[in-house]
Amino acid sequence: MTPERPLLHSPQIEAKFSPLLQSCSGKGFSVRDKDLSLLHIGDSGDSDVTSITEQFHSADSHFFDQIVLECSPQESSHLVSWNAMERQQIPSSLEISSSVEGLEKGSKSHRIRHKSVQFDDLFPSEDNTRLIYINDPRKTNEKYEFSGNEIRTSKYTFITFLPKNLFIQFHRVAYLYFLAIAGLNQLPPLAVFGRTVSLFPLLFVLCVTAMKDGYEDWRRHRSDRNENSRDAQVYQFGQFRIKKWKNIHAGEVVKIFCDETIPCDMVLLGTSDPNGVAFVQTMNLDGESNLKTRYARLETTPMCAEVGSYSGIIRCEQPNKNIYEFTANMEYNGHKISLGPSNIILRGCQVKNTTWIIGVVVYAGQETKAMLNSAISPSKRSKLESYMNRETLWLSIFLFAMCAVVALGMGLWLKDHEPQLDSLPYYRRRYITNGRENGKYFKFYGIPMEIFFSFLSSVIVFQIMIPISLYITMELVRLGQSYFMIEDAQMYDGNSGSRFQCRSLNINEDLGQIRYIFSDKTGTLTENKMEFQRASVYGRDYGTSLKGTGNLMMGERSSDVLRHKKWKLKSEINLDTELVELLHGDVPGMERTAAREFFLTLAACNTVIPITSSLSSNSVDLACDEDVSIEYQGESPDEQALVAAASAYGFTLIERTTGHIVIDVNGEMLRLDVLGLHEFDSVRKRMSVVIRFPDNAIKVLVKGADTSVLSILNHQIDNGSCETESARIKNMTENHLNNYSLQGLRTLVVAARDLSGAELEEWQAKYEEASTSLTERANKLRQAAALIECQLNLLGATGIEDKLQEGVPETIESLRQAGIKVWVLTGDKQETAISIALSCRLLTDDMHQIIINGTSEEDCRLLLANAKAKHGVKPLIYTEGSKKLKEGEFIGSMEKVVGSGNPSLALIIDGNSLVYILEKELEPDLFELATSCRVVLCCRVAPLQKAGIVDLIKSRSNDMTLAIGDGANDVSMIQMADVGVGICGQEGRQAVMASDFAMGQFRFLKRLLLVHGHWNYQRVGYLVLYNFYRNAVFVLMLFWYILQTAFSTTSALTDWSSVFYSVIYTSVPTIVVGILDKDLSHKTLLLYPKLYCSGHRHESYNLHLFWITMLDTLWQSLVLFYVPFFAYRYSTIDIWSLGSLWTIAVVVLVNIHLAMDIRRWVLITHLATWGSIVVACLCMVALDSIPSFPNYWTIYHLISSRTYWLAILLITVLALLPRFACKVIWQTFWPSDIQIAREAAIMGKFPNSFGLKLEQDVR
Amino acid sequence: MMNSTSASPAEPTISVSGDGTDARRNSKRPKYSRFTQQELPACKPILTPQWVISIFTLVGIIFVPIGVAALLASNDVVEIVDRYETECIPKNISDKIGYIQNPAISKKCTRVLKVPKDMDKPVYVYYQLDNFYQNHRRYVKSRNDQQLRDKSKANETSGCDPEKTTANGMPIVPCGLIAWSLFNDTYNFTHSNGETLTVNKKDISWKSDRNHKFGSDVFPKNFQNGTLKGGKTLDPTVPLSKQEDLIVWMRTAALPTFRKLYGRIEVDLKENDTITVELENNYNTYSFGGKKKLVLSTTSWLGGKNDFLGIAYISIGGVCFFLATLFTIVYLVKPRKLGDPSYLSWNSNRLMQ
Repeated sequence: MTPERPLLHSPQIEAKFSPLLQSCSGKGFSVRDKDLSLLHIGDSGDSDVTSITEQFHSADSHFFDQIVLECSPQESSHLVSWNAMERQQIPSSLEISSSVEGLEKGSKSHRIRHKSVQFDDLFPSEDNTRLIYINDPRKTNEKYEFSGNEIRTSKYTFITFLPKNLFIQFHRVAYLYFLAIAGLNQLPPLAVFGRTVSLFPLLFVLCVTAMKDGYEDWRRHRSDRNENSRDAQVYQFGQFRIKKWKNIHAGEVVKIFCDETIPCDMVLLGTSDPNGVAFVQTMNLDGESNLKTRYARLETTPMCAEVGSYSGIIRCEQPNKNIYEFTANMEYNGHKISLGPSNIILRGCQVKNTTWIIGVVVYAGQETKAMLNSAISPSKRSKLESYMNRETLWLSIFLFAMCAVVALGMGLWLKDHEPQLDSLPYYRRRYITNGRENGKYFKFYGIPMEIFFSFLSSVIVFQIMIPISLYITMELVRLGQSYFMIEDAQMYDGNSGSRFQCRSLNINEDLGQIRYIFSDKTGTLTENKMEFQRASVYGRDYGTSLKGTGNLMMGERSSDVLRHKKWKLKSEINLDTELVELLHGDVPGMERTAAREFFLTLAACNTVIPITSSLSSNSVDLACDEDVSIEYQGESPDEQALVAAASAYGFTLIERTTGHIVIDVNGEMLRLDVLGLHEFDSVRKRMSVVIRFPDNAIKVLVKGADTSVLSILNHQIDNGSCETESARIKNMTENHLNNYSLQGLRTLVVAARDLSGAELEEWQAKYEEASTSLTERANKLRQAAALIECQLNLLGATGIEDKLQEGVPETIESLRQAGIKVWVLTGDKQETAISIALSCRLLTDDMHQIIINGTSEEDCRLLLANAKAKHGVKPLIYTEGSKKLKEGEFIGSMEKVVGSGNPSLALIIDGNSLVYILEKELEPDLFELATSCRVVLCCRVAPLQKAGIVDLIKSRSNDMTLAIGDGANDVSMIQMADVGVGICGQEGRQAVMASDFAMGQFRFLKRLLLVHGHWNYQRVGYLVLYNFYRNAVFVLMLFWYILQTAFSTTSALTDWSSVFYSVIYTSVPTIVVGILDKDLSHKTLLLYPKLYCSGHRHESYNLHLFWITMLDTLWQSLVLFYVPFFAYRYSTIDIWSLGSLWTIAVVVLVNIHLAMDIRRWVLITHLATWGSIVVACLCMVALDSIPSFPNYWTIYHLISSRTYWLAILLITVLALLPRFACKVIWQTFWPSDIQIAREAAIMGKFPNSFGLKLEQDVR
Repeated sequence: MMNSTSASPAEPTISVSGDGTDARRNSKRPKYSRFTQQELPACKPILTPQWVISIFTLVGIIFVPIGVAALLASNDVVEIVDRYETECIPKNISDKIGYIQNPAISKKCTRVLKVPKDMDKPVYVYYQLDNFYQNHRRYVKSRNDQQLRDKSKANETSGCDPEKTTANGMPIVPCGLIAWSLFNDTYNFTHSNGETLTVNKKDISWKSDRNHKFGSDVFPKNFQNGTLKGGKTLDPTVPLSKQEDLIVWMRTAALPTFRKLYGRIEVDLKENDTITVELENNYNTYSFGGKKKLVLSTTSWLGGKNDFLGIAYISIGGVCFFLATLFTIVYLVKPRKLGDPSYLSWNSNRLMQ
């Protein structure tokens, strides 16, 4: 409970602090918010950046003025340190973000900019607020500017569906091309195809897409309808009555019962709990499954006691996306009450463990934070697709050339025959008859126009040269690939019950070409399940000899020590007997006091909520002799571990409200008033709580990152002996801290101090003002915190183990063999990072570590230059212009550097240095150095620096990058990388939401990349080439024929055959092969990770292959045309028969071509391939059975002709002969790795030497 | 996404207790099936030397006999080709077009053909036109199939431009350029022994065309009434389905040099027989320099005389035999053990170093 106090306003201290604080709030705060409070205690292992050497040298100064006086000499040092911090932490991120905007074009920069916009409006100016009159929705929404609670996630309505859907669909260039072609065909001089036929492909595609969109939207409509018509109890006409969700308006008072979902964003007014506590589950919002506490302000709880007395005005910020921030205040009964994020419950949350809550609606419907957040993450485009576009450009050049040839030929022919044009029986320029049109030109517009029209009509005939169907095919193929990735039982995480998720459907094939993996550490490499392992209390190290489990120990202990009832904990904790003795023994002394205070701090200084098995926490007192199980729900796993540990040592937190906490100290209930709580933030890197003991003593309990706490310790005590004692403790603790972090433990330092009455008053005034402030509250709160977070007495430190995830070392080893470099980017300390890297075999002992910890730009330059000189890293000749051309060379040189005999290098660099390096002129140096190292560890990096490092590689090389992480701090990196993978971990769902793929465990990465990535890449690469071939061979065949028709763009094929060719006759096998073909089994791929390198070498798709394919296409098209041409040269064959022959021949040819390249024949493949040929024949038969078509009965005549069959056989064999011969020669003399592995696998000989050689090679 | 709030009521108790969710979790586990795990039984062909050699040999074995047979068949066909458009015009005439277009002049012309080999009946009579683009887009489209088939659709002349209606707007049946330009040379054959060789002009067109595409109750109307005659006039009392010359002509040729069936002589012709052809050289090919040829030909099982298929088959078969031997030698001389790891790029790289 925060007592009302007159505001002690101090202009002096305000003036002194505000410029400093504001300077960092403007920027520094943005870091925090950008990452949505990611730097929780969870990351508090790191810290030293904030070396805020705030020392108020006034231990015994009880007067406010004195503090100011004492502080002023320190101002310069404040300035320095604040500035230093600012430089170290904040600008880095800012610069990265700005540079990102500068470098990246298009959607990406838009994305980042969008983000910054979002955070800019965090601090609304006072006039930019919305006023909510409680229980007066009409007055609240006088101007009708607030939306109702009806939500609409659907895109279309019945009426707008058609126009809007078409509009959206035509955003695709391919469709516009379709449309343009169809439009051209409607012009009378150009009508090459029948008019309706030409519309068919476009209509087909549009219909399919529209149907898909329509179905999705219908489902959204349905869910919206369900959602909107849910019921809630709304206060109206003097009592709570049921009202549909969609009719709820801002300003109304709503009552929600246990397990119900919150309909809109509401400020809590009261709950069934007398203290105004409510528990909510935010699963739908951020995916965190633990319960969060929300508080009703105690001032407002009486409102709910008597029905109908709801009144007051809430002044809150405009709706925004940030689900972790809310600033508002409330005027009620003349009081001004501050409201923060803990007073609001958001739409989509569920009420838990609370009988009812009453709240007032502040944001409704589309303005709720949940709805504002429901934007879809921007889609990425795969690299292969961008290469594909390059080749599509080539195809358009071919198309243009062919059309130009036809147009030119037409021109020449017309010129040549100009005098005869009127008399040519097959041309007849003029109308013959004597009627109205006598003597007029018929469809003749002069030679230049005829050339032009001829060009356009050949564009129509050759349109499928640009393989538009490829885009649809690829989408379908990726969909199928995703299905198999999702269904892969070996990527299912049984522990968390999470399947693999494909959130992005555009980049499956990128998974086969990853060269760099940027991994987060916490929660990604490690489990993020914290275990309290070590403690350093009063300079003594505990936890080296752990015995038994906590509960067991309790049982063994004599009842007089731990005679209180046993609190059952969810997890069991190993206890250190010595520490237990110390705590509960009879030896008094400083050590024991410190130990008790230590655990008290662990139990009190946190935001963890205890949930006892019984619903009401009050009943706990009664249930003295029962075993009561208690579970701690908190936002940070570290805190949970610490509270659980404290409980195991006899300091059990059993109740927490806004105003007080109850701690069971060895069976003795200790009720502590919480006067204030400064939550953890990334700038201070510590949290503190001010509590009043029952005996009115007031203490500040602090815990935080080592550097941030150690620098604000009290080490100027008058008593000399004490000073040495505290210095000794400090030294010892620091030693222990180093020790812990060497073992890979996450460390926190615990400290406390007593607060005198005057200090308390001053702080309270400040705190009060800050917490009701509507603007810059965080800033002001930080000022308040600075007042009390100083001169602390060190109590000790904790070491929490962050366990490695299952299979991490093996995965990293495999990935490395696959030629993938794994970089670890972590916010943790250097020592922790190195130790984790060692334990996951990323670093090995024989590696040479280059450590770069620069504190200035000059420093970094020197360090980089030295490292480069020492290890002989040659600058890579690599300019922007030659980037694409030198691709191959570049990769070659990279491999040389990596594979060369010099000792493996590991680069360890910290966030500080990165500030000076990234986006400065040192960047190229870092790039060269980092890329020649086997391992790169970046410690203490800010989230945006992570993105910056990804960008370093992305912008300077063509290599594919993958970022993997689980926390909100990885979001920027996940979005920046070519492929973003989110781990469904404990840190919420932001990473998953931003990711392209999400999975449960790091180790699945191996399977994802080595198996699925490889397959997808091979499949899609082949698919693209095959599609190019398939369409080009058809178009070229038409082209050769047109040369025989006086350039008149006649097609021998019927209109329907031309349309069906790419839609029906040949599309299914490509899709099936694109989904199901496998060159190697997953076992082989996992056994020989090096096979993955084929993706790095662009083996499945490159310009070289494209040209070979095109050459092959040319040959095949020539065969296709000239075999029938010569076979039927002087015969009675008619145009439709020849067209029919060509149709069948080309369908058979392309399908057998595909069949020749299929590497794994399953039943479906057989069905698709041979089925396509059969379907094509059936279609031909059907089309030739319609008497109104000119081609009527053609096929029946042909099948009785032997020449026909011989021609088709000849075409197929002759066309494929060169390809087959080349394939055989290639495989005989230059076998690829994949082929060898395939042979070895299929022939059943995995010779031992094969494996052994690999093993040796790895060493 | 966030709008998944609607799904929320389904999962009420996920956080508080860890148990009780097991059933749900299990349901999330992908069900094992050989399909979803991509482990369906599959055939994984690899190109072993045996396969390669046998494929080439097989192709050779199949192709060479076919080629030989096709070539023999082609050689069996006896073909007499006579180009007459240059001979059948008086030498002194310079305005060939004027000559051919003048209906007053008789275009009769006599050609004598010698039979080089015995020709068994039926002997097919073709006319061959060169450089006549029946496949020109303007030409191919200039017809209306509905009108040809259906009596009631006589007025349907869309697509028939520029030969659609008469001067006074009456629809022409059959309309369009194709019909208009119907070939009108006629041939009469007399054997050297004085016997007239009757040319059977029945069933020279496709049966399907006669029965379904050209109506038996559709009669020519207003056809070739204009001043400019394109070709043959049709007897207005004979239904289209009986006008077989028209039906043959309207099945437009695929290539600019084409033959069309004129009729059949159902008499065996002996070697060194001479045949006198009385022909009427009516059709105007002079305006575009087209050739006209008269062709008498027998057929084989493979159709007319064409060596292409035979030669192509024999040569491909030969190439395949050659490749089969080549690869046999390669595999004997320098065999590569399949699945030999020493060829792996990382192993061979190491060897190079």
